[in-house]
Amino acid sequence: MEKLLDLYHSFAERSRRITWRQIAVPLRRLMRAERRFEALHPFWVIVGREMSDHIRSWRFIILLVLISLTCFGSLYTGLNNIGTPKVGGTDVNRAFFFLQLFTATDGTLPSFIVFLNFLGPLLGITLGFDAINSEINRGTMSRLLSQPVHRDHVLNAKFVASLLVIATLFFALTLLMTGLGLIFIGVPPTASEFLRILSFTLLTVLYVAFWLNAAILFSVRFRQPATSALCSIAVWLFLAVFYPILIKLVAKALAPEPGPFGNFDGSAANFQHTVITLLRFAPGQLYSDATTTLLMPVVRSLGPLTMEQVAGAIPNPLPLGESILIVWPQLTGLIAATVGCFVLSYIGFMRKEIRAR
Amino acid sequence: MRETIISTSGLTKRYGDLVAVNELDLTIGKGEVYGLLGPNGAGKSTTILLLLGLAEASAGKAMVCGFNPATHAIEVRRRVGYLPDDVGFYDSRSGLENLLFTARLNSIAKDEARRRAWQILEQVGLASDAEKKTGTYSRGMRQRLGLADVLIKKPSVIILDEPTLGIDPQGVREFLDLIVRLSREQELTVLLSSHHLHQVQQVCDKVGLFVDGKLIADGTIDALSAKLFASEPLFVEVGFAVRNGATQMNPDELMPLTDRIRRIEGVGSVGFAEGILRVGCVNDPSSAIARAIFDAGYDLTLLQKTRYGLDEIYHRYFQERETYGKTA
Repeated sequence: MEKLLDLYHSFAERSRRITWRQIAVPLRRLMRAERRFEALHPFWVIVGREMSDHIRSWRFIILLVLISLTCFGSLYTGLNNIGTPKVGGTDVNRAFFFLQLFTATDGTLPSFIVFLNFLGPLLGITLGFDAINSEINRGTMSRLLSQPVHRDHVLNAKFVASLLVIATLFFALTLLMTGLGLIFIGVPPTASEFLRILSFTLLTVLYVAFWLNAAILFSVRFRQPATSALCSIAVWLFLAVFYPILIKLVAKALAPEPGPFGNFDGSAANFQHTVITLLRFAPGQLYSDATTTLLMPVVRSLGPLTMEQVAGAIPNPLPLGESILIVWPQLTGLIAATVGCFVLSYIGFMRKEIRAR
Repeated sequence: MRETIISTSGLTKRYGDLVAVNELDLTIGKGEVYGLLGPNGAGKSTTILLLLGLAEASAGKAMVCGFNPATHAIEVRRRVGYLPDDVGFYDSRSGLENLLFTARLNSIAKDEARRRAWQILEQVGLASDAEKKTGTYSRGMRQRLGLADVLIKKPSVIILDEPTLGIDPQGVREFLDLIVRLSREQELTVLLSSHHLHQVQQVCDKVGLFVDGKLIADGTIDALSAKLFASEPLFVEVGFAVRNGATQMNPDELMPLTDRIRRIEGVGSVGFAEGILRVGCVNDPSSAIARAIFDAGYDLTLLQKTRYGLDEIYHRYFQERETYGKTA
């Protein structure tokens, strides 16, 4: 018994002398050795290669610079227009002071969310438009597929790699912006504000993922990378610029005439509903709806409200859960569009016969 | 009898109305170097895609290394290395990086992959260029890197699709020597598709002739020629001059001579073209032919025995194909 106690004491003595370094260094060495001898799953090998390819490519670097510039540009406008915080003020917007960093603008420079609405698709298209066809043209696809790799792994790995790059980029940028904002304003975001920022970032990644998948779909469909790039950009421009114009033009022509005493049967509201629904077929509209709701807690509906609905409402900000509930249809729509594009490119790719050049 | 490693039965691939591969029955034994020979568009590449499970067969079945590529493509591709005719690499990466990528796709751990990559680069003679980007490689170097890429996964079968296309003659020779040496050393089965007769003849144990998706003959080159030219596996070229100084010879005047030769035992056909008699025969009747020429009053200037090569075999088949085409 005494011996045992002695042993315990000596062990305790020794263990007290062990510093963190003494544990960490061999542990790290072990882990590194471990990694050297175990082989990664082929799927992750492809993901790794794709990611390093993206990061090294010029077009990604150019877009990274562009997006970082807009990020800091909008940080500047945000800071200039944010006003002074009123603690316990009546203005509800002021309660979510920090979020204004992302939405505030004086009209000369668009805010961060508007910029992202515009540049996000470009990033997705850039990473996806030559995912499949350039590999086929270079002759690397037939070499890749003759390895013990499932064919869908190739497509999935390409998607996952691009998505990881996009997610890393946006999370880094938003967190950077939050941090810089914190330094300049000196008011820390509340927990719910921070969660709103994170969900906004997640939403942005999802939005870019949609365009990424659309671009991958074109890269499966068209043999020339130039064609698929042009097609993706055409679709993007149409949905972002021409589609809303078209809808508004038609809506103007078809709008119901108000009666002499106004319109009480609700036909105007119904009509407005239809127009907004049509507008929401463009993913950009979905994205801007969702981001506005997430970053402006006072937004409580995305459709028209009648006077009766508004009457008596207290202009209070919504909790995060309620805001998310409002944008749930938008979220679902974006996810559905993304999955739809992915399924189409998946089917196209699995059926494609890959020959050497 | 060697163990069978690749076999197909009734393998067929159709693209709409076009039949790319038509009821192919192929058997390749372990350790063989097999040449798939045929003109462009004969269905060689499609056959290879079917064997790798990269295309779906319309009918029939294939077995590679004991697996069906249509259902167990991954198992097949683990054991089979494939070098496409125009192999592509990631041009912004070095040769070594390209090799390591392939190795890791085959679940080879990093250290082992690196060791193996250097060893193989040494073997194919690219060790000094390993760190260069593949975008700067010449055609021959790319092809050798392609071979290294195939070998790094230690396959039991390698399939080469037109591996010598666009390499200079010296490079072709080295490349083929390398393949043969490796196949002997490592007991590799090699399936080589080509339309270069001489290269195939140089390296292959067995040959399959492919025309319009059909395998019209296969076997060793000797067996093929024996089968095709069953009546006369040998031929003798005979050149002669008229003794009295006359240079003109017409076939009518030669009738007595050709008759005389035809009567020699073992001689089959006798043809005359460009001043040379071509005598097809079973055994070796050279001395009898020489005697016949002397007896007929001519001087012998040339007497050459030749065995039918792949060239003749190939042409013979094509003649048949053309006559088929005409009658059809």
